[in-house]
Amino acid sequence: MIQLAIEIPYWGQSLLRVLGGLVAVLLPAGAIVYLFLFKMMSFMQSRLGPMEAGPYGSLQLVAEVGKWMQKEDLAPDAADKSIFKIAPIVVLLSTFLLVVVIPFGPDALFTDFEVGIFYALAVASISVLGILIAGWASASKYSLLGGLRAAGQLIAYELPMVLAVIGVVIQAGTMNLQQIVVAQNTGEIFGWGGIGNPYIFTQFIGFLIFMIAVQAELTQAPFDMPIAESELVSGYMTEYSGFRFLIFFIAEFATAGVFALLASVLFLGGWGIPFDWFGWTTVDSVDNWMNIGGPLIMFTKMLVLTFIIMWVRFSFPRFREDQLQTFAWKVLIPLALANTAVTAIFKVVF
Amino acid sequence: MPDKPKVPGLFKGLGVTLGILKDTVVDGANTVQYPHEKEAPPIRARGVIALHEGNCTACMLCARSCPDWCIYIEGHKQLAPPRRAGGKPRQVNHLDRFDIDYALCMYCGICVEVCPFDALFWSPEYEYSEPKIADLLHDKEKLGEWMETVPEAPELEAGAQKK
Amino acid sequence: MTSLSDRQQLSYIASQAADARLNVELETEGMTLNIGPQHPATHGTLRIICRLDGEQVIWAEPSAGYMHRGYEKLTEVRTFPQVTTLVNRIDWLGSFANEVPFILASEKLMEIEAPERAQVIRTILFELSRIANVSLFLGDLGVQMGAITPVFLAFRDREYVLNLIEGATGGRFHPNFDRIGGLKDDLPKGWIEETRQVMVKLRGFCDIIEDLLFGNEIFQSRMRGIGIIPADVAKDYGLSGANLRASGVDYDLRRDQDIAMAWDKADWKVWTHPDGDAWARCWVRLQETRESCKIVEQLLDQIPAGPIMTKVPRIIKVPEGEAWVSTENPLGEMGYYVVSKGDLGPFRVKIRSASFNNISIVPWALQGVYVPDIITILASLYFILGDIDR
Repeated sequence: MIQLAIEIPYWGQSLLRVLGGLVAVLLPAGAIVYLFLFKMMSFMQSRLGPMEAGPYGSLQLVAEVGKWMQKEDLAPDAADKSIFKIAPIVVLLSTFLLVVVIPFGPDALFTDFEVGIFYALAVASISVLGILIAGWASASKYSLLGGLRAAGQLIAYELPMVLAVIGVVIQAGTMNLQQIVVAQNTGEIFGWGGIGNPYIFTQFIGFLIFMIAVQAELTQAPFDMPIAESELVSGYMTEYSGFRFLIFFIAEFATAGVFALLASVLFLGGWGIPFDWFGWTTVDSVDNWMNIGGPLIMFTKMLVLTFIIMWVRFSFPRFREDQLQTFAWKVLIPLALANTAVTAIFKVVF
Repeated sequence: MPDKPKVPGLFKGLGVTLGILKDTVVDGANTVQYPHEKEAPPIRARGVIALHEGNCTACMLCARSCPDWCIYIEGHKQLAPPRRAGGKPRQVNHLDRFDIDYALCMYCGICVEVCPFDALFWSPEYEYSEPKIADLLHDKEKLGEWMETVPEAPELEAGAQKK
Repeated sequence: MTSLSDRQQLSYIASQAADARLNVELETEGMTLNIGPQHPATHGTLRIICRLDGEQVIWAEPSAGYMHRGYEKLTEVRTFPQVTTLVNRIDWLGSFANEVPFILASEKLMEIEAPERAQVIRTILFELSRIANVSLFLGDLGVQMGAITPVFLAFRDREYVLNLIEGATGGRFHPNFDRIGGLKDDLPKGWIEETRQVMVKLRGFCDIIEDLLFGNEIFQSRMRGIGIIPADVAKDYGLSGANLRASGVDYDLRRDQDIAMAWDKADWKVWTHPDGDAWARCWVRLQETRESCKIVEQLLDQIPAGPIMTKVPRIIKVPEGEAWVSTENPLGEMGYYVVSKGDLGPFRVKIRSASFNNISIVPWALQGVYVPDIITILASLYFILGDIDR
């Protein structure tokens, strides 16, 4: 742990960790909602977006939160009440569990799992349960259709995501996310160590597959059949209102942020800048100011990746369900397997 | 038939949205921040109807030709002083009540068109919404106030014949 | 309720029974899904009752009438100028185009013709209405498919056309500008120059939509091969407009009919497509928008000088008789059958609106398609509720 001047008792550290987790999830969500959903989408549509709440509409999210919280908490009569109420929380839960394992700096992390990436991928699929529950418990045909579509789609796209990550793990030689960051920042590309070895260059196909799978996991266009606003009104979220809908809304963008953080750890070099530039060699020799700089660098990288996710979301129409599935099973998975094989060969040969 | 694009359509589409983003950042958006800025409607815009009471003779043509029957007119005949000294007093129509109910009005303009005495005019004024629907019944005085906002008729295009 | 036919009553009871079964026990075959009347995809209050097997439609039936305003009854107690006002509101996007066939039918009964200048300006405004209508269709097509950006671009560029119409007529959506014998007013100064500039912008819009939407591989895979309507089926069901031309039938009332409008003064082409699928219908409409820009630009150069209205009496009484005029409106073929008994107003007006016949093909077209394809087919058929229900 960091050597601080004062000794913080264990309960204080846990409290800091909890607060840090909340910030790590909600700050990206808020930033993404404002920057991309309100402003970037509007600018791409030749309009300005919210401008009234706060300077240039920066407090619009606060206004939205307030609005949703004061709405009536409806539930359909025929809905299975207890499951209906749990569903949004399950979706948000997976996001918090996921952020626990992401490193933000040489010492700024919550936990240091040896099988970090394995845990992350496992926990990312808990949100599928939440969506299925929401679709079924809503007792509405539209929600049911949305939930069933979500089940098929999200499970189908888990596989390419996992396979794309295997290439990274083979190259880094470890499943520990902190070590993956170190490996990227100390590595060299075919002998040239100028910018370290961010895996986006050597694992470009893996990066593409991962980003497409993330787009599908977040049910963003072109993979938003479960929501499919023009057909199913809101898919599995149709019957939710008030605070529960707010949780779904925040969860959608928080998950986008956290997946982007994960992608930047795996492919863009995480919190680090190439160690060569500062003369560091291992993670222990990194200066302490990187504990402040690391989160900022992660935030920037997350914004870049989320920009791409949102850009694609606002530009493309959506796939039909069977086209979605064909794409996942017949295109992405063979491609990911091929990528794994090639990476393995390269790792052994070079 | 559209031929196969050289650049995949997916990327062209991304390029289009990025281009619009750049245009909005550089040139500004195509929207107008109402109510801080307002666009001026064209001269002929049908915003509200104004009444020039002096010209009105309560002939009821406008009330009869309204498709919604939203004009309420009441008048009575009275004697006016003769035009020149030594003549007979003449009978004129005096307008008591002229109401237009804008909650019913379809903004079609038939009343303005059929008035034989040029007593009704269009004005492009549009900001007169009220919290109570009964306040949308504009009476004679209010219709007279709208006369100040009536613009001059625009010049016509080349080739038009003067009426 | 009493005037429902037996078949309608049976279908209503059947759909209620299907709903009841679903609520009582898990039924693995056949779920009745109600699309509408409140739904983001239908352009208004259209209800389509579908029986689904999983995600496939076994049986579908549109149930229109939620927006019935009783136009034909209303016209019985209105004078001719008042009917012109009302009729604007049938197909509210193609505003001016609704008035034209009615006025032409009345002029036919009066045996007068509008002067040249009025005919040319009428045609220009007609084509502007078509551009306004179909550009919204192109934007809305994106929303139905999931692309949320094109619709904002459509509204942005459509504003220019609406400003033009407002500058000439005074109303953006309901111009109420056509009169028996000509037009109400002449064009204001500077309108022709402004229209030329707007046509350039609209061509740019068509190019953007082609790049953003039509060129997109995802969009093409959603639209190609979906909802194929062969030419003979299209003719049997009475489709008209771009739906018919996209099935390969070369039929356009602007060219094939001799009425008092100025389409023959411009050099333009009728677009058809042999496929008859959803892609063809949307593509034909895109090309027609470009063609309309071309027509407007050519006609702007050919406005002759002269009066805007022939000599008609102040109070118009149309002589006795019956007349039918139909024109190629943005949605399809729209026609009016006007019966007059020599009064101030028509005795009876029968309105043949394009969308009513266009959605008659919905039960046939939706057999065996997936739920997302329902939206694709409905979007490509393009109807306006005011046009269906009148």
